[in-house]
Amino acid sequence: MDFVPNDEQRAIVETVRAFVETELYPHEDLVEQLDDVPKELAAEIQTKAINAGLYAANMPEELGGGGLNAVGVALAEREFGRASYALQMLVARPSNILQACTGDQIEEYLLPSIRGERHDCLAMTEPGAGSDVRSMTTKAERHGDDWIINGGKHFISHADVSDFVILFATTGVDETPRGPKKRISGFLVDMGLPGFEVRRGSSCVSHRGYHQCELLFDNVRIPGYKLLGEEGRGFDLMGDWLGATRLTVAATSVGRSQRVLETALSWAANRKQFGQPIGNFQGVGFQLADCEVAVDAADLLTLRAADRIDKGTYVDADAAKAKLFASETLAKVTDTAVQVFGGMGLMSETPIERWWRDARVERIWDGTSEIQRHIINRSQMKPLGA
Amino acid sequence: MKIVVLVKHVPDAAGDRSFSGDTTTDRAAVDGRLSELDEYAVEQALQVVEKAGEGEITFLTMGPEAASEALRKALSMGGDAGVHVVDDALHGSDAIATSLVLAAAVRRLEPDVVICGMASTDGTMSVVPAMLAERLGLTGLTLAASLTIEGNTVTIRRDSDEASTTITGSLPALISVTDQTGEARYPSFKGIMAAKKKPVETLTLADLGIDPAQVGLGAAWSAVDNIAKRPARQAGTIVTDEGDGGVKLADFLAAGKFI
Repeated sequence: MDFVPNDEQRAIVETVRAFVETELYPHEDLVEQLDDVPKELAAEIQTKAINAGLYAANMPEELGGGGLNAVGVALAEREFGRASYALQMLVARPSNILQACTGDQIEEYLLPSIRGERHDCLAMTEPGAGSDVRSMTTKAERHGDDWIINGGKHFISHADVSDFVILFATTGVDETPRGPKKRISGFLVDMGLPGFEVRRGSSCVSHRGYHQCELLFDNVRIPGYKLLGEEGRGFDLMGDWLGATRLTVAATSVGRSQRVLETALSWAANRKQFGQPIGNFQGVGFQLADCEVAVDAADLLTLRAADRIDKGTYVDADAAKAKLFASETLAKVTDTAVQVFGGMGLMSETPIERWWRDARVERIWDGTSEIQRHIINRSQMKPLGA
Repeated sequence: MKIVVLVKHVPDAAGDRSFSGDTTTDRAAVDGRLSELDEYAVEQALQVVEKAGEGEITFLTMGPEAASEALRKALSMGGDAGVHVVDDALHGSDAIATSLVLAAAVRRLEPDVVICGMASTDGTMSVVPAMLAERLGLTGLTLAASLTIEGNTVTIRRDSDEASTTITGSLPALISVTDQTGEARYPSFKGIMAAKKKPVETLTLADLGIDPAQVGLGAAWSAVDNIAKRPARQAGTIVTDEGDGGVKLADFLAAGKFI
């Protein structure tokens, strides 16, 4: 057990921190005001990230990616997570699920995504299918060699700036001893196809400039080779590749928690009331102490889960614990920061109120806290035969 | 083309830097980093090789064990190899001893070009480049705001308050560069992972044939007698404008001999 980062890990942290502070922080206020990232700015940041070799950190080096292992990716995500979501996501980490591409899909989707030429988004959630993913109703039906897709998705992050969607849809129903069970399959669907509409969703309290969208499919025809993985094995795809997404939420939550805590500590050390820094009062100081303990614990849980991926001993509960605790820690730290800043914490002239708003979604997306607890509890009860 | 880039591991200027009991820089009390001014030298060396389409870059540092971090940072930006001169006897060396040791290490590498920063961000004496050029008998081109190498000719632009001067010299040459040469690149993820596979040679004074009595605190030509913290800033003066604010401001500036 070694808690000391090695030379490469320190270099990853230093490099991403420098990029984030130099290239992203200066634009955060603008993005917040516009609720958008101007196209020229987005292109500039993306180009800088590609030229700097910081793009697609999660993808294998032999495919042109950063080639980092899971701990390296977690450290990079932690540092990216310090910045505004809309900005840090421009330094894209294409969905890991694209590594399931085969044949022509590799040249058409995987490699261009790693090179920064195409951008993906992932569509599972529907108005009637949130945590209960299998209850989705968007369906894909075979017509000769093609598939015809009908239905709709919502809460699809950054679909408005994506070139294609990794879509999950039902492709039939299997009869099982426990009753009928929908078959779920993955597809690669290009934006702009006839019958495929992307609409900006309602404005969201968290992450201004980073938009969630609705996808509407009306008899959208795609060729047969756009099926990702095997027909009916969509859940396997999710299981194989999406655990890392939860770890990303954990890592970015840790990074933002660290930044928020640093800001709150600085304020507590400099803001004087009754003749002394407010951080010296136990009412404030103890809250900050508790925050530091929680942030450190969240960081360790996240890195442990990543380390287990690298060592091949990872189970779903590892990422679930990290995602649960890190996202709830972010909520605690941002709320504490508002309290420490007092009235100023609610004013838009400090970033505190933004961080407070942004924190809320982390306990919901990529599996709610309740789903994470369910995964953890299942891992507790299953060995006991319950 | 063989290029040697001198890099130094310095206390992070953002940290709370202090001195040890023997009045040397306390390198253990604060995190160290590759001197920012040396990053420009690394960048220029990489650009020279990229433009030429060939070349070999070796990074050279002198300092305690931790100085290897500066080499790793440079190697993660690019280049081929590192050399680390480390010896307890070097502790407290002044610029003259530093140039003696670096000259011996550079000589072994037989470079066509030596590139270094205009100064280190800790000592900020800015004299080692000239001393090194003198010791090695290299063309010395210091304080370059831009740098090009064509064939056997080095051309630099040196900016001053009054003028920009273009200076040419022939290889082999030593060039010190300023922060005007252009932003240094970020290490790429691939570069970071590749750095650990690049060779780093460790040398002692004995390897370089240098008598320890010639270096270190005892051999320094200058000594720090006393260290005092800069006094805390005084409270400012608030000038209330009652129709005569301009006059008051002018009086204030005149009193302080600012105008």
